[in-house]
Amino acid sequence: MEILSISNLSKNFYLHNPGLEIKSCQNINLALEKGEFIGIVGLSGSGKSTILKCINRSYLPMQGEIIYDSEAFGKINLSTATEREILYLRCHEIGYVSQFLNVMPRTTAKEHVMNALVDIGIDAKAAEIDANEMLVYFRLPETLWGIYPATFSGGERLRLNLAHAMVKKPRLLMLDEPTASLDNKTKLLVRDMLVKLKDTNTSMIGIFHDIEFMDGVCDRVFNLSEGRFVS
Amino acid sequence: MYLNEAPELSVNNLVVRYGDGCSDCQESLEKNRCKVCGTVWAVNGISFDVYPGEVLGIVGESGSGKTTLMRSLYFDFIPTSGNAALRGYKGGQANIWEASAAEQRMIKNVIMGMVYQNPVLGLRMDYSAASNIAEKIIAAGSRDAGQMTGRAKELLEAVEIPTSRMVEPPKNFSGGMQQRVQISKALANNPALLLLDEVTTGLDLSVQAKVLDLIRKIKARYGISILLVSHDLAVIRMLADRTIVMLDGKIVESGLTDQILEDPQHAFTQQLVHSLI
Repeated sequence: MEILSISNLSKNFYLHNPGLEIKSCQNINLALEKGEFIGIVGLSGSGKSTILKCINRSYLPMQGEIIYDSEAFGKINLSTATEREILYLRCHEIGYVSQFLNVMPRTTAKEHVMNALVDIGIDAKAAEIDANEMLVYFRLPETLWGIYPATFSGGERLRLNLAHAMVKKPRLLMLDEPTASLDNKTKLLVRDMLVKLKDTNTSMIGIFHDIEFMDGVCDRVFNLSEGRFVS
Repeated sequence: MYLNEAPELSVNNLVVRYGDGCSDCQESLEKNRCKVCGTVWAVNGISFDVYPGEVLGIVGESGSGKTTLMRSLYFDFIPTSGNAALRGYKGGQANIWEASAAEQRMIKNVIMGMVYQNPVLGLRMDYSAASNIAEKIIAAGSRDAGQMTGRAKELLEAVEIPTSRMVEPPKNFSGGMQQRVQISKALANNPALLLLDEVTTGLDLSVQAKVLDLIRKIKARYGISILLVSHDLAVIRMLADRTIVMLDGKIVESGLTDQILEDPQHAFTQQLVHSLI
């Protein structure tokens, strides 16, 4: 069963000043089975993030269909779904993890994870129990839970981002270069996390810089070059 | 089964014009001002919906009509034309701008809360902070003084104004404290819709963080719908689910907040986003 099926997806960016069209991914076709982990590799600027951002609708796809098999809506085209449908899916079904931190000011690591649940109407007590569980699961040291994450290292930030996304138990998880700028030891830790995540049957698409790292974790790996998949 | 609620607020084709207008107006606008008759079209045909529990961000340069829009919704300005429906007023079937004066007072005091950019507009500076809140509760029809004091205390605590300063007038307070008293006043009657006009502008970073956190909590805890005007894109990014972009009294672009910021389509939005430091 496919959870996500992308056909003929293209995205260009038109910049009014200086009046330039920048080409990103072109005619992308991709199908993700339920519980599968697909890796996308490629050089910087090859359009990897664009694919994920189109699925997340942070970018407006220019052409093509992104059919997602939703629990709430059944099959839904993410490139034309309403904004409210997308917001609902982001709250309940689809998660997005990047290497960057996006935290409200004056929010501790633990509150950040709890807020993911509180913001969708879950009671703070229940949210705290789940947040604790996730922070332990992703091995964020307990001494860091009460600290503002702006001071965290790359590896700690990533683990926090994973906890923040996974606490909502998404069915589809996108990972935007989760290993970028991490040292080898931390990369191995992230790899462990991803293997654990796979065991939860979460369907995943991840983009990675370094292909070696992906060995044995992803079920399939696609190589993107100048906006197109190459074998 | 999902997402079938009616909007909390639905605005349709709102026009607010300063001046009499002329037959050449729509063809002779220079930005939002008619070159022939000098009429300013501050808000020029705007439509949007705000759904229950949603934060809708409004961005745009100074003079694009953001505040005029907010203050029209709060009956400070009388719109030239257009209609707005609130779920809490006649089931969303009636235009709030055609409501009687008494009904408009009820809408202002019970269904909506407003926080002005300038606290002088939203607070009585010579009354105590607690009286400011009581005034709003009385306006909604309550006469129970004990209950009012309790509610004022609860609200001021929620915005971190020390109980010991409840009886002081806001003129004694700092700008950040005044803004927080305004927010607690706006929340006094558990409104369904909160109008926030540049609430963090001019506040220092630590107070701004407090106010942002407060707004996030209000949204999560009470499920209030919020219309959030700000020219600070970082504030919009933190709080707004969806965002509309205004230019010269019109909406030039609307979408999911991250899409507006990461993949802006309109030339003006691109310019705005690229001006971020």
